[in-house]
Order: sequence, then C-alpha cells, then structure tokens
Amino acid sequence: MKTRHGWLLVYAIFYLAFLYVPVAFLPLFSFNNSVFIAFPLSGFTTQWYAQMFADGAVQQALFNSLKVGAVAAVAATALGLPAAKALTRYRVPGGGAVLALANLSLFIPEIVLGISLLILLSVLGVPLSLWTVTLGHIVICAPFAITVLMSRMDGFDKNLEEASLDLGESGWMTFWRVTFPLALPGVISSLLLSFMVSFDDFLIAYFLAGNDATLPIYIWGQLRFPDKLPTVLALGALILVASAVLVVFAEWVRSHGLKDRHRMVGA
Amino acid sequence: MAEGGIGARITRFYRRSEAARGLVLLSPTMAIMLAALAAPMVLLALYSFWTQDGYALNTHATLAQYATSLGRPSYRALFYRSIEISALVTLITVLLAYPMAYFVAFRVEKQKFVWLILLTIPFWTSYLLRVFAWKLILGYNGVINSGLMSLGLIRQPLEFLLYNPTAVVVTLAHAWAAFAILPIYVSLEKIDRSLLDAAADLGDGPVRRFLRVTLPLSLPGVIGAAVLIFVPTTGDYVTPSLVGGSGGVMIANVIEEQFDKVGNWPLGAALAMASMAAVGVVTLLFVSAMRAAAARIR
Repeated sequence: MKTRHGWLLVYAIFYLAFLYVPVAFLPLFSFNNSVFIAFPLSGFTTQWYAQMFADGAVQQALFNSLKVGAVAAVAATALGLPAAKALTRYRVPGGGAVLALANLSLFIPEIVLGISLLILLSVLGVPLSLWTVTLGHIVICAPFAITVLMSRMDGFDKNLEEASLDLGESGWMTFWRVTFPLALPGVISSLLLSFMVSFDDFLIAYFLAGNDATLPIYIWGQLRFPDKLPTVLALGALILVASAVLVVFAEWVRSHGLKDRHRMVGA
Repeated sequence: MAEGGIGARITRFYRRSEAARGLVLLSPTMAIMLAALAAPMVLLALYSFWTQDGYALNTHATLAQYATSLGRPSYRALFYRSIEISALVTLITVLLAYPMAYFVAFRVEKQKFVWLILLTIPFWTSYLLRVFAWKLILGYNGVINSGLMSLGLIRQPLEFLLYNPTAVVVTLAHAWAAFAILPIYVSLEKIDRSLLDAAADLGDGPVRRFLRVTLPLSLPGVIGAAVLIFVPTTGDYVTPSLVGGSGGVMIANVIEEQFDKVGNWPLGAALAMASMAAVGVVTLLFVSAMRAAAARIR
C-alpha cells in the first residue's frame, strides 16, 4: 500500500513542513547572536532569553494573560458542563437554539466581537480592564468547551446516572459522584483548550483591555521596534513550545478518556 | 410520597420534567451568551443607524453611515478586496488540506492520533506569532532575501515579497491551514468503507470511485471547512496590518480606525454590519451552489 500511494505520504510530509518550517524560524533566530533577523546566522547566544526574563513588562503581561486565561477557562468550563449535560441527556425545547447561540462566535469575525462588546461596555459605563477581556474570552471559549464536554458526555452510559438516582442519591450528589468523575477527562481537556484560546487571543483583548496588556498585546506593541525583535522571538519561541506541550497533553487526556469509554462499553 | 408541601411538589415536578431540568442547566450559558454576544450585536446594529456629533452621539435613525460605507469608492474597494483575498485563501487552504485529510483518513492506520496531533498543534498555537513569522520570512532583509543573497542567487533583495495582497494570501493560507483539515477529515472518516468496496466491485476505477463516492460524501466537510475559513478571514486584522502594507489593507483595518484614531463608532459599526452582510450573502450563495453541485453528481 505504501508503495502504491507513496506520493500521498510525500505530500503529507511536505504539508507538515509547510505548517512547521515558517514558525520554526522564530526559535532558530531567537538563539542567533545578532539584532538583525537575517541569514547567515552569526553565532549562538542566549542573551535574548536573559533580556526577556529580566524585563518586568514581560512578566506583568505574562501574569495578566495567565490570570485571564485561568478565569476564562474555569468560567467557560463551568458554564459548558451543565449545558453539555442538558444537551446530551434531556430533550430541551430550544436547546438547539442555545447551542447555536453558544457556537455563534465561531462564525463572527473577532473584530466584530471586539467592537460590539466595546460598545456595550461603554454604553453601560463599565471601565475596561482585565475583567472585560475575560468576559470576551468566555464568549470565544464557550464553543470549544461545550463541544469537548458534549462529546465526552455522549460517550458514557447514562444508565450509571440513573442507577445512582434510583439508589437514592440526590441529583446534586449524583452529579458530583457519578457525572463529574466520568466527565473529568472532558473537563480537563476543556479547561486546557479554553485556556489556550484565551492565551492566544489578540484582537478581542486589544479592544477590551484598557491599560493592562496581555501577552499578545505586549508582543504587538514590541513589533514596532526593530531592536526589540530578538527578545520577542525568544518570548515567542517559549510560547510556541509551552502551548505545543499543553495541546499534546490536552489531546492525550481526551483520547485517553475515549479509550476508557470503549473499555466501559465492552465490559 | 404523594403528599408534601409546595417545595416538595416543585422538586418532584423538576425531577420528572426533562425540559425544566434542561432549561435550568442551560440558563447560565444562555444568560452569558445573551448578555455578552447577542446584546452587543443588537447594539452594534443600532449604532450603525446613529451619527457621531463631535463627542456626542446623535441617536436619530439614519442610513447615512451605510451610504458612506457602501458609497465611498475606497471602502467599496476594500470590501471587494477583503472578499477576494478570503475567497482565494479559502480555495487554497481547502485544496491543500483535502489530500492531507484524505491521507490521514484512508492511508494512516496505526498512528492516526499522532498525525492528528501534529496537524492540530498549529491550530492552537499563537496566531499572532504565526503571522509574524511571515513578516520575518518575506521582509526586505528577511529570511528569504538574506538566504538567497548569502547563497549568491540574487544580488538585490526582492522587493515584491512583502506588503502586498499576495503576502496576505500566503500568510493567511498558512495561518488557517490547520482549520481546514479537521472538518474534511471528519467527513472522510465517516464514509462507510463498504460503499467504496461496492463501487470497486461494480467496476469503478479508483478515479471514478473517488469522484462518484468519496468526493460527494465528503462535501459537507469541505463546505464546513470553507465557511469556517472564509467568514473569519474576511474580518482579519492582524495579517493585513503586519504583511499587507498599503496595498493589502482589508476592511477590518478601517473598522479598527473608526474605533481608535478616527473615533467614529457609528461608521465603524455600519462598516462591520455591511461586511458581515456581504460575507453572509457570499457564504449562502457558495453553500447553495456546492449543495446543488453535490446533488448533480449523485
């Protein structure tokens, strides 16, 4: 088979190269001993990393992004969990409409989400802060949280929940002792992926952040100064590596959960 | 069991009624989405009918902002360019992604998970950095120019690489590549393999089999991928700002200006509404054309 369709494999390898090579220039030049981002490479250095770690503004922006990402991820998952349960377990009138509304943000350009929330906040007189950024991020995280959680909820046997209710557990205790542990891989994966969506977002934060910069806003500000580029590259390389690790972990948890489900169905 | 106070009765009704339970569980999501997504969109629509008088807002309804948005030639040109660029990006990404998704769905057997992870990592990693990488690559003193010069292939840096619509198309096609794979992969993976065997048994060659079975059955994924790329890229701000130059400006750049430097929010709102309407119309036309084409193949 491989010999007959070898060209597809070759294509796939080129495709992966197309995805990864352009981005690989960031880490490559982050170790280059020159302010100019150009060939030939002039020598190895870690000074850009040292400069970045010494920069208080980077630390502040990183801290802001971590805070916003954590709160948005927890909020989106906390909203998504009951919603996913309702949509997979009960026939709810209007359930489809709520799901469509929650997924709507995928089909609206980010700039429109950003300016429309900006208008609402200014009409209400709410000052811009990291909280308003978090609100915007909950909206864009929700579709991911709900999708991941719904597929997990679809995966396990609802008889387990019914058995718990029949054995006299309350609805709340059933949720904590049966539903939640079974949904846990989905919950973790939803938290991680929502965090990534928030951590990655530039445009919504750009409109809603006021004076507090998140990491992408800080990077955007630095791009205007050519002599700052190597430090941005160092920062970017770290972000790329950290997010790749996080994504692999999130997907691993999710697929591990899926295997788990097959075992359960088989038993 | 049948007796009990009002509280107990409500509890019992709640336990028994799926609809009531479901609505209670959905209400937090619904509340947030109404407050932070639906309400802002309604306000945006309202603003587009208002006027900015210096620092004050004139809430007398008028179509003046739409007249400006659609009437001014420079804005019209931006609408056309944004849609053209996004359509081209959509076409390129979907065409490039299809064989890749096909490979993972039909040829990879054991390491599907690894391939899918490799293809989705870029999807989740910093969009801003992926776009910025292209500025480094295409720049006057960038990776390509300095690379070719140090190899002795060119003497002068190539000037046509950065700051034009082509640079925007290339960058967007790369930045959104991962978005096209998953929907197409999912629809290919769903295809019942016995249909393919049946087509082969009935004497269809591989090409005919692909055109008459695989391709039509995977069209929902292709349409999904196309919409998922076309709609957000028309409103992209980062890419035209970083690599577009003055020739590669898109509609989002002028919308941003109205909310930033210019301070004419109603005009910005009207530009946003008009661009969403234009994108909506193009998307609907595209989807119905694709559906019609799929029906004809069958």
